[in-house]
Amino acid sequence: MNARVLESWAWILFGLLLVGLASALLPSASQSYPMYVAGLAGINVILAVSLHVVNGLTGQFSLGHAGFMAVGGYTAALFGTRIISEYKLMYISEPVSDTILFFFATLLGGAAAGLAGLLVGLPSLRLRGDYLAIVTLGFAEIIRVTIENVEVLGAATGLVGIPPLTNLFWIFFWALVTFLFAKRLQESTHGRALAAIREDEIAAEAMGIDTTGYKVRAFVASSFFAGVAGALLGYYLTILTPRDFTFLKSVEVVVMVVLGGMGSISGAILAAILLTILPEALRPLREHTGVDLRMVIYASLLLAMMLLRPRGILGRQEVWTLLRRRREEAEPEVAP
Amino acid sequence: MTCRQRRGSLDRGVGRSAIPRGAALLVLCAVLALGGCEKKSGARTAPGPGTGGGSSDAAEILFGEVASLTGPEATFGQSQSRGIALAVKEINEAGGVLGRPIRVITYDNQGKPTESAAAAHRLVVRDRVHVLLGEVASSRSLAMAPIAEEHQVPMITPASTNPRVTEGRKWVFRTCFIDPFQGRVMARFAREELGLRRVAVLRDVRNDYSVGLANFFVESFRELGGEVVSDQSYSAGDIDFRSQLTEIRARNPEAIYVPGYYTDVGLIARQVRELGMKVPLMGGDGWDSSKLYEIGGEALEGSFFSNHYSFENPDPVVQGFIARYREAYGEVPDALAALGYDAARLAADAIARVGSLERAAIRYALATTRDFRGVTGTITIDENHNPVKPAVVLEIRNRGATFAKTIEP
Repeated sequence: MNARVLESWAWILFGLLLVGLASALLPSASQSYPMYVAGLAGINVILAVSLHVVNGLTGQFSLGHAGFMAVGGYTAALFGTRIISEYKLMYISEPVSDTILFFFATLLGGAAAGLAGLLVGLPSLRLRGDYLAIVTLGFAEIIRVTIENVEVLGAATGLVGIPPLTNLFWIFFWALVTFLFAKRLQESTHGRALAAIREDEIAAEAMGIDTTGYKVRAFVASSFFAGVAGALLGYYLTILTPRDFTFLKSVEVVVMVVLGGMGSISGAILAAILLTILPEALRPLREHTGVDLRMVIYASLLLAMMLLRPRGILGRQEVWTLLRRRREEAEPEVAP
Repeated sequence: MTCRQRRGSLDRGVGRSAIPRGAALLVLCAVLALGGCEKKSGARTAPGPGTGGGSSDAAEILFGEVASLTGPEATFGQSQSRGIALAVKEINEAGGVLGRPIRVITYDNQGKPTESAAAAHRLVVRDRVHVLLGEVASSRSLAMAPIAEEHQVPMITPASTNPRVTEGRKWVFRTCFIDPFQGRVMARFAREELGLRRVAVLRDVRNDYSVGLANFFVESFRELGGEVVSDQSYSAGDIDFRSQLTEIRARNPEAIYVPGYYTDVGLIARQVRELGMKVPLMGGDGWDSSKLYEIGGEALEGSFFSNHYSFENPDPVVQGFIARYREAYGEVPDALAALGYDAARLAADAIARVGSLERAAIRYALATTRDFRGVTGTITIDENHNPVKPAVVLEIRNRGATFAKTIEP
């Protein structure tokens, strides 16, 4: 094993340790409002980073993230209300059993969303540009309308009674997994192929890249994590309603990716955190001004960002490459 | 090789200029976020210094309100918010409760359940409100209710009619009647007051409110010896209802029960008349909007709907409320404003009755409310935390709703 591999494993372990420590030391989400918002931010990070794989890395424009989130969320929630609330695993205590089943539920939600991603992706990823956007948008709307009409899923009122099992640990854990997945994908052969497709699909195809295959795989992986985020959200709020999975939710995630910089994981993370905290932080403003300026400020910030820095916060750069470059730049100055 | 070097140096050039700018932006973001945070912690310390457990030594009484001030149902949220604001203003002008003024903290939820949960969480954990008020829509109240339960804060929803909002919950109450009751009221009115025997039902399947009302109407009407001759359905947003209405016409009913929202009902009424049917239509509180008469016009004359209150009610409590509301906002309050007003006053009344700001005491006082005189009727809270109170039936005459009958529970 060379030093590079060791180093990357060390980073992963460090990340896991950090997640464990953070969730052990920080107050729980239900007792502290900032932690509650941190939880929502974590879920949005998962969404933004997973969409980044399709929108930022592969350059395909998907508008259906809310749909995949709904598929995963409702699948996991149904499992929760039907199984976790009723049964427990043999020979182990209830909290442990709940935790194991909950982890399984998030995987199940992710798998369901991934399957949906495969079904949508296989035919539609042969298309290019706007067509994919239209197909995914249509898919998300179909999912939402279906949920509204199905009694078992709670119809328009929402699916209630989901056990409150999502805590900060699970959110941070999945955010870390999503991040690691996206980062390592980006730096792998597979990721280079995806980037090639983004830059020039015809040229990529001429170089022997199976473009449709690569796109579908990226799309399925992205849907999987969207499903996980949906599952986490359901168990976090204990209710899922179709109103949370409208077209606007998909757009919100796209905005996070674009604002962060198309093609930058760290940018997507930063934007997701910023766009979750900002509306919450602006809440007290109403007390002072009397009118709700929250959305006005939010929107003008987006406008300002796009006018002043159309590439997004980080463009295509990553925080770590910027830091490394800065270090490398600093060293030669000392050396000679 | 040279090419690569050049590219490297170019990259570096871009990078160099990008770092300070990126950093500056990050700092800007952080400052913005922190700025907001500071304000928040300021707001937290303001209401009650040294609020350890119950914050019962706070200078003012805090009501936390979650409302859909923006989003597709903004008019609902604004009415609720105005009703609550008016009630609190009046109580404060009369000296407050237990000698303390009430302050309402209102947060917008954009009509989204997730935002409602976040806002409720903030009100309960951060602002440490004594009573949580909201929301109009049942799905959003359902998102708030588990938070009220977990943190043991009494919550009153002014207008969520779905039974599940309070079912099995210790801390959640409401000031509106529930869907089953409203369905029964109309069935009784149709059977006993109008003496009808044959009615048809046209329900909106996309709206659980409409489906609930229709189910309970059908059940009660049959129990009372009536006959439901046709049960048709549509989806909110449909424009053409002629096929369902032709089917209904063939059965020759004496009235049609349409428990939908005003947007669809107006169109349905027009098409009913176009098909030559002269029978009255009947509906629920979803009809209550001035827009109904704009859309439906003459077609609605002689129709009936059940509602929470009538502004023609001569009761001085009602008339006083309407006069003050008109003075403050320049319009006649709708049912949601009246319910919001009652919810805030009920909370204040409970605090005054029990003489304490302990949340458990307030909860107890709310649960044992008897004969509270509100604008929407005399309220007694039953064991399921639903108010036992009358409903009014309104008749549409001259493009307006006139009081027809009060139906006691």
